[in-house]
Amino acid sequence: MLVQEKGKVLVKQETLALNGDEAVALAAKHSDVDVVAAYPITPQTIIVEKFSEYVANGEVQTEFVCTESEHSAITASLAASVTGARAFTASASAGLALMHEILFVTSGSRAPVVMAVANRALSAPINIHGDHSDSMAERDSGWLHIYVENAQEAYDSIIQAFKIAEDPQVSLPIMVGLDGFAISHTLENVNVLAENVVREFVGERVLPMVMTHEGKSVPFKLDPDNPMTMGPNVSSTFYFEFKRQQEEAMQTALKKIQEVNEEYATLTGRSYGNGLIDTYQLEDAELAVVVVGSTTGTLKVLIDELRAEGVKAGLLRLRTFRPFPTTHLQEALKHLKAIAVMDKSMSFGGLGGPIFNEVRNALFDLKQRPLVINYLYGLGGRDSNPVGLRKIFENLQQIAKTGQIDMNIVQYLGLKE
Amino acid sequence: MTTTPTTTPTSTSTSIPEEWKFTARDIALKPDLFLSGHRACAGCGPATVLRLVMKALRGPTIVTQATGCMEIVGSIYPYTSWGLPWLHTAFENAAANASGIEAAIKALSKKGKLKQEHIDVIAIAGDGGTYDIGLQALSGAIERDHDFLFILYDNEGYMNTGIQRSGGTPTGASTTTTPAGKIIPGKLEKKKPITDIVLAHDIEYAATATPYYWKDMMTKVRKGLEVKGPAFLHIFAPCPRGWRTEPSKTMSYSKLSVETCTFPIWEAINGKRTLSTPSKMYSLSPQKKKPITNYLEGQGRFRHLFKPENKHIIDQIQQVTDTNWQKLLKQCETTT
Amino acid sequence: MSKQQHEKGWKDLALAAVSPKASTEFLTGDWKTFMPVNDVEKCVGCLICVMLCPEGAARGCSEQGKVVFDLNFCKGCGICANECPAKALTMRMPEKDEEGV
Repeated sequence: MLVQEKGKVLVKQETLALNGDEAVALAAKHSDVDVVAAYPITPQTIIVEKFSEYVANGEVQTEFVCTESEHSAITASLAASVTGARAFTASASAGLALMHEILFVTSGSRAPVVMAVANRALSAPINIHGDHSDSMAERDSGWLHIYVENAQEAYDSIIQAFKIAEDPQVSLPIMVGLDGFAISHTLENVNVLAENVVREFVGERVLPMVMTHEGKSVPFKLDPDNPMTMGPNVSSTFYFEFKRQQEEAMQTALKKIQEVNEEYATLTGRSYGNGLIDTYQLEDAELAVVVVGSTTGTLKVLIDELRAEGVKAGLLRLRTFRPFPTTHLQEALKHLKAIAVMDKSMSFGGLGGPIFNEVRNALFDLKQRPLVINYLYGLGGRDSNPVGLRKIFENLQQIAKTGQIDMNIVQYLGLKE
Repeated sequence: MTTTPTTTPTSTSTSIPEEWKFTARDIALKPDLFLSGHRACAGCGPATVLRLVMKALRGPTIVTQATGCMEIVGSIYPYTSWGLPWLHTAFENAAANASGIEAAIKALSKKGKLKQEHIDVIAIAGDGGTYDIGLQALSGAIERDHDFLFILYDNEGYMNTGIQRSGGTPTGASTTTTPAGKIIPGKLEKKKPITDIVLAHDIEYAATATPYYWKDMMTKVRKGLEVKGPAFLHIFAPCPRGWRTEPSKTMSYSKLSVETCTFPIWEAINGKRTLSTPSKMYSLSPQKKKPITNYLEGQGRFRHLFKPENKHIIDQIQQVTDTNWQKLLKQCETTT
Repeated sequence: MSKQQHEKGWKDLALAAVSPKASTEFLTGDWKTFMPVNDVEKCVGCLICVMLCPEGAARGCSEQGKVVFDLNFCKGCGICANECPAKALTMRMPEKDEEGV
């Protein structure tokens, strides 16, 4: 039965109780992935466990490679991808850090691997809980970064990720971040599509064409019929040009993410802002927070409360961190008086966290700039509740009233002094 | 998937199918797949190895290589010396590359998306990329039973970065990180028994080879490819630059390594070890085995050992060589 | 005329540095000091030099079944002469402007 919504015909969906990890595994299955190469790490492990069940029960034709390390997991994913397969992996924290070297090789090799990152703190001291230290440390690895708000979006975004990354004009790897435990392990109602619908939406892999040493223009993959050399030794005469190509692909992805978000909305009725940023009560707001991930939900509750109290509070959720949606942010935030940017990771010795730096940088060119402060919060899974978060808006109100920042520009939220 | 010994084509080393036998004329007529114009040093042993290995293939093949001399010299952009599909990603992960390629081939084949009926996968790494930084990925890939042939070209050091010691560098060798000094006479430690370590994984086919005995080496490549599952080939490949030897003598050292039993050549099929013909001679006629000094002299990396105060190190190397040889002979006996 | 490879901008280069040329276009023959000379009277056509040449410069099966050398690639290492069982190969300095050197 088809579902009717706002006059549009949408496909049939089924509501399942899934946690974020299970939603990710199901999305990978629905996307007809050819190779999964992964290694267990909390809080990602449920993804590979779930996928292993699909394999064990014959529900997928996927080759599942249970590697001896994350380094080999990402290597095998990359190698499978350039052999023409649709490749998926998942990791977190120390595992992602162990992949670090190959993350750059994957993007430089233009292998559209899709990876779910169940965001978790980095050691030391060792901590298994959610923050963004792991993926933020991979900011410059040349991967597309999407962060989701809940299990539903995790499911939807993995499906979208294949379509975005595998676009021949993009051909870049993508990581989809879901907050460790808050999303990865939390059971939610998730509307899922029929497998054939997802397969049709994602489609078969279309490979970019390249000119080889044999003078032939052929699909970009390791193919004995059309031999090509991948990963050669490139000197200073050529290296820079290939990095510029990657940047161009990033800018293409900026458009592609929006297109896929719209296309998915037509199919399912679900969209996430414009795919790059999502807003809540922002249009007429004077004060706003910029946030990434699961804290968004809590903040929406708080904003409702504040609005009821007459405070013009709003929110911008940064869904896509790479490519960074600079002009979209400028447009969405330019009318505000004061903004708090929230970072769930630290850049030690720097002026605030990575998201703060990018957002404030983006706003610099505005003729009339909002005042911007940074909140470091939630490190190592420290809880953020509406009562604690309210303090942010109290400070923003003061800044808006005085027109200046009479406090440290970098604030710690929920830290015990 | 492991094939049972009875169905393994390699289970009897004496009966080699005709098509695995390589004649000089056939090889000479086959076009090179490791192409001329590569940038290896004059007299490079591993370059000869790659040329010949690529002439021993049986069908469509994908090659992946760890970072190292032979990865660099064949892929200096915009030129490539690879006449078949070739992938390099990093240093420590040649076996993981092979895992991913093989998994992709399997998956695409299952889904009917592969043109070829079968594609062989070969991973190539030097001693650094095998003994040291690549050991974990290799062990994992063997344990997972991927269908691939891992070829180690062992030139006994990190030659690409300027001749540093590796786990494969032999005792006594002077390298840039074990220089022969006033107190320390080169590398003190032993060479890691890499092929024994690989064999401990219960691998179906593992062998040693060296290019002077090219026919033996190429047959072993072919046998390794025939195995359904992982196979390992350890090829001893002299490096004139790193060993400080005359470029013209590369193959002489390849030969001497066997004649002195420094690097005996053998194969193990389902754990059963057999000496290969060139080494078998020294088992049958031990008096023909040459003293280690024949091998050491002329190599600049061992020059300091010939000083009177270091004579005991040469004696020690001879002793270890003899012990290892006797151990190998026993292993060949006991598994016969 | 099309641009030389090193003059090409980022838009003209193939994705991910896929190599555009075979190394057979890169001649290594000028590395050598000594060149191999085959005495065809002595050459028995055993092809050992063809097997052991690191460059693929020793090529087998000329009309008389003798070995010929592609001096465009020969780096002059001398493995061929060292290993020649018939002592047909010798290494010598090339004459000035000698062809193929």
